[in-house]
Amino acid sequence: MSSPVRYRVLHETRYDYGSPVSLSQQQLHLSPRILDCQQIEEQRIEVTPPPSWRRDGQDAFGNPVSWIFFNAPHQTLLLRSIMTVAVLPRLPSAEDITDSLPWEEVRDRLAYDSAEPQPIDLEAARFLFESPHVRIKHELAAYAADCFAPETPILVGAQALMAKIFREFTFDPEATTVSTPVLEVLENKRGVCQDFAHLMIACLRALGLSARYVSGYLLTRPPPGKPRLVGADASHAWVAVYAPGSAGDWVDFDPTNNLLPDTEHITIAFGRDFSDISPLRGIILGGGGAEPEVAVTVVPLDEEELPPELELPPDPAAAD
Amino acid sequence: MARTLLAIYPHNARRYDEMLTADGDVRAHWRQFFGHLDAVAPDEMRRRLEFVDRRIQENGVTYNVYADASGSDRPWALDPLPLIIPPDEWTEVAAAVAQRATLLNAILADLYGEQKLLAEGLLPPALVYGQHGYLWPCQGIKPPGGVWLHNYAVDLARSPNGRWWVIADRTQAPSGAGYALENRLVVSRVFPEMFRDLHVQHLADFFRDQLEGLAAHAPVDGDEPPHIVLLTPGPYNETYFEHAYLARYLGFPLVEGQDLTVRGDSVFLKTLRGLKRVHVILRRQDDDYCDPLELRGDSALGIPGLLNVARAGRVVIANALGSGLLGSGALMGFLPAICRRLLGEKLAMPSVATWWCGEKPALDFVKENFDDLVIKPAYPTQRMEPVFGYELEGEARAEMLRRIEARPHAYVAQEMVELSQAPTWSRAHERRLLARPVGLRAYAVASGDGYSVMPGGLARVATGANARIISMQRGGSSKDAWVLTNGPVSEFTLLKPSVGVRDLVRAGANLTSRVVENLFWFGRYSERFDDSARMLRVALARLVEAGGVKTPAVASSMELAELLRILPRPEEDGEIGEGSEHALLEAIYDPEQPGSLAGTIRNLMWSATHVRERLSLDHWHSLNQLQREQQAAHKMHPTLTEAIAFLDRVLGISSSLTGFAMDNMTRDDGWRFLFIGRRLERLTFLAQSIAGFLRMESARAPGCLEWLLELADSIITYRSRYSRLPEMLPVLDLLVFDDSNPHGVIFQANVLARYLERMAKELGEHFDGNLEQALANLRDFDLESLEDVQFVPGRDQAAGEDLAARLDALVFAGNQLSDWLGMRYFTHVGDVSRQTMAL
Repeated sequence: MSSPVRYRVLHETRYDYGSPVSLSQQQLHLSPRILDCQQIEEQRIEVTPPPSWRRDGQDAFGNPVSWIFFNAPHQTLLLRSIMTVAVLPRLPSAEDITDSLPWEEVRDRLAYDSAEPQPIDLEAARFLFESPHVRIKHELAAYAADCFAPETPILVGAQALMAKIFREFTFDPEATTVSTPVLEVLENKRGVCQDFAHLMIACLRALGLSARYVSGYLLTRPPPGKPRLVGADASHAWVAVYAPGSAGDWVDFDPTNNLLPDTEHITIAFGRDFSDISPLRGIILGGGGAEPEVAVTVVPLDEEELPPELELPPDPAAAD
Repeated sequence: MARTLLAIYPHNARRYDEMLTADGDVRAHWRQFFGHLDAVAPDEMRRRLEFVDRRIQENGVTYNVYADASGSDRPWALDPLPLIIPPDEWTEVAAAVAQRATLLNAILADLYGEQKLLAEGLLPPALVYGQHGYLWPCQGIKPPGGVWLHNYAVDLARSPNGRWWVIADRTQAPSGAGYALENRLVVSRVFPEMFRDLHVQHLADFFRDQLEGLAAHAPVDGDEPPHIVLLTPGPYNETYFEHAYLARYLGFPLVEGQDLTVRGDSVFLKTLRGLKRVHVILRRQDDDYCDPLELRGDSALGIPGLLNVARAGRVVIANALGSGLLGSGALMGFLPAICRRLLGEKLAMPSVATWWCGEKPALDFVKENFDDLVIKPAYPTQRMEPVFGYELEGEARAEMLRRIEARPHAYVAQEMVELSQAPTWSRAHERRLLARPVGLRAYAVASGDGYSVMPGGLARVATGANARIISMQRGGSSKDAWVLTNGPVSEFTLLKPSVGVRDLVRAGANLTSRVVENLFWFGRYSERFDDSARMLRVALARLVEAGGVKTPAVASSMELAELLRILPRPEEDGEIGEGSEHALLEAIYDPEQPGSLAGTIRNLMWSATHVRERLSLDHWHSLNQLQREQQAAHKMHPTLTEAIAFLDRVLGISSSLTGFAMDNMTRDDGWRFLFIGRRLERLTFLAQSIAGFLRMESARAPGCLEWLLELADSIITYRSRYSRLPEMLPVLDLLVFDDSNPHGVIFQANVLARYLERMAKELGEHFDGNLEQALANLRDFDLESLEDVQFVPGRDQAAGEDLAARLDALVFAGNQLSDWLGMRYFTHVGDVSRQTMAL
């Protein structure tokens, strides 16, 4: 068993509004959740200007969420979410994958039959149906069909589906927006991590399987010999598949990179799809143009020197 | 004695008849009423029907089918004969409805709480997690008092064996209770003796229970009184009439999403006098539109942040956000077991047999028995009309089956119900009863202590004798439902005999910024409507007098109309005759032409729609009719004479609108804004017209001063003073400086200044613009300087410039004032919140 990998992450979001915003409310899914494979050592969000009201809580899926409110006119909004996270290895072995349950068995467990369901199946049923970004259409089931031949172990099928999407789709940030429907992505075969995650989820749900959308960060490696550039990363999204009996009952898949996340994926939140856990969703009054600038930096703490921007600010609570 | 009405009343063995037994005898609880009805003379009955129609017209009871500003509201359809229900039977129905409301509330508490119904397999997850109506962000929110379901309606039908069945549950924002109330007010006056003698239970107690129920858990601070508002999606909603009606009856401000604002964890009403905290929102807007921050982000209707107020327990939302999901017909089959589990009781009233296709055995059954079933959407958010299996053939049938197979969980199938029938009064015959299928929509409200059921409800009548569906959208009609009682009748009433002083004060204090803004624009448009009509009539009349020749008077009046942008600016030299005529007609009738009278009528209607509850119905109707006339005429190529007649009518309606506003409206802050709008519009119109006139070379020809006087509606005053042909100096004196002429500039400016002063006193805000300065400057103008000027073509061209410039300054100050009022007091209806998203 290898030891945890520790990261410092900075996720900065900046809005420069064309004209003053008089009222603004924002919902933040920026704080990482605690998982079996993930511990949070420190975490803090700095907001400028300081909000006039704030509430912290948990959403229906157990993710940390915050709401902030501004009623003084402002033309800039800056959020710096900074955290130290330790990620434990979680890569399933080859046997874990080949020995997973046949996919039909999982499907049948999730189907309603008037009996008392297993608690884990009921929990998984939250991620079984349509959601705002995930339509369930027969085209999607058809696309996944060759990966899920009868009796295929569910994780083998999921891995094949991930590989198929990776093979057949082109990463293209210009091709889609946050609201591009999954069927359009399927047709045009282009998109970004979000689109691939939604597509894979939709395929799995179309087969009667549960799949959730995971948001977080991915460690990137600067070219050999080059220093890490602050802000060069982005937030990332991938998929978790319900496979009861495997470790944790859920296994992550990253269709954008065709790999099973291990210690280089840092999880923020999971939900049915992007709409449940969009990092920063707001309603503003006024403001003119409002395209945010987002910069993410992920630094492995024990390997690299920390750029000064990623130093933890003093904890206001510690001063007491 | 005429033969009895029963002689030709159709009997139908397949249906239960509300009035007759299977043997054709009148049921005991109908006997007295039927005897009365059978004895009423045809003339008397005709008078009563006329009363019904008039009352519905006068009260503006409408049901907007495809609502739009052009006024296609349909009058509410009401059959005068009540549906009579005997006391014992009602006791059972009411208990069953109250039980069902209690049960549904308990289900909401469970589904938004611990979800034991799912854990125990009593409800399939698909009907919760698979429904758009399940609002995830509401998970874990516990409303004050544990009441999710405040308002509940249930559609009941009676099967041939006489039993009542539930057809559908309404848990989102049930409509119709207000219509039931209005039906009662009408029908109890059509049959006043019967209403009294039969001991019909009154409805007022039900609404009092609703009031108490809403106030019971209002999260007030200290001993402040609960502030309750009724939230409507707006005038284009199909039941907007009812929203306005109930708001008035219950005494709540009628508000739209834009009227409310969330600050931190409280929600406030934006009023003219600042923010006022709201404790209870009686919601007629669908829940997923209520908070764009966490629910549908694509909607401008909502109140961003409302969910956080609910989380903090700082507002009662009735019904709680997320209640809509129980409107799903798919739930019905699961209710008996859930009722035993949650309430430990048997479900008192059965639901019509319903199969949810999401269960495999049910799906197989539905496919096998397709002809005997009605297919309906499983979820209330789906847009789909019920489909009768036996009506589908060939490809349509195959297509429907394919759709069900592809998404079985999205469909339910229901047994077809033979509705009971009740007598309705035929409007096509002198004296005849028809038998029509009926259903009853019953209502329950959380009363602070369980559920209180309205004794009666909205009886709904199908159009044809064989209909299987009752729908107001499809032209069905309604009835009052009379629940008889053996005991005494409660005499409690919420109706006030008249509006008292306290109400006026309250209305003023609660005036929302949006209402004020709409009243201001209503004022401006009603004056602009008058001004444009007058300007166009001046030009048209000149053109007709001149027999179509473009005389100097025609040319100059048209030039001024162009300057005022009532006529489009000519691109080159305008043509004579046909060209002028065409331009004037377009300026009257073409709503797409900028500045046209038709366009102003459209704007006036738009603002009138938003302040409709403050207008008299007569005006509403005249405006509607006017717009229809204009639309019809636009297609018909009216003659000049017809056009002048139309303008005369416009001016007639305009002066009655003015009279109404002066004589009949409460002098509150809203009224003041309306009049500031009117004065401001007239002031700028007059000042612009006179300044333009002074600068126009063409206006120096003979005959032009006459039309200027006509334009300012001052010709009679002038004649009575000077009894001679108009001359420049006295005309200017009358139209600008005479502070006793209501169509004079100084008069308008003085009145405006007075309103502003009053407003400054009331609201503590002072307009710091240039109006006073501009007015003083104008007063200082020395009229003598124009004494020797020759106002004829080609002479002393620049003579009027000084006065014209002072008038310009006044116009400028007026526009400044308008902007200032907007900035300071209005909601900025155009300035909508936007969603932002960052990854």
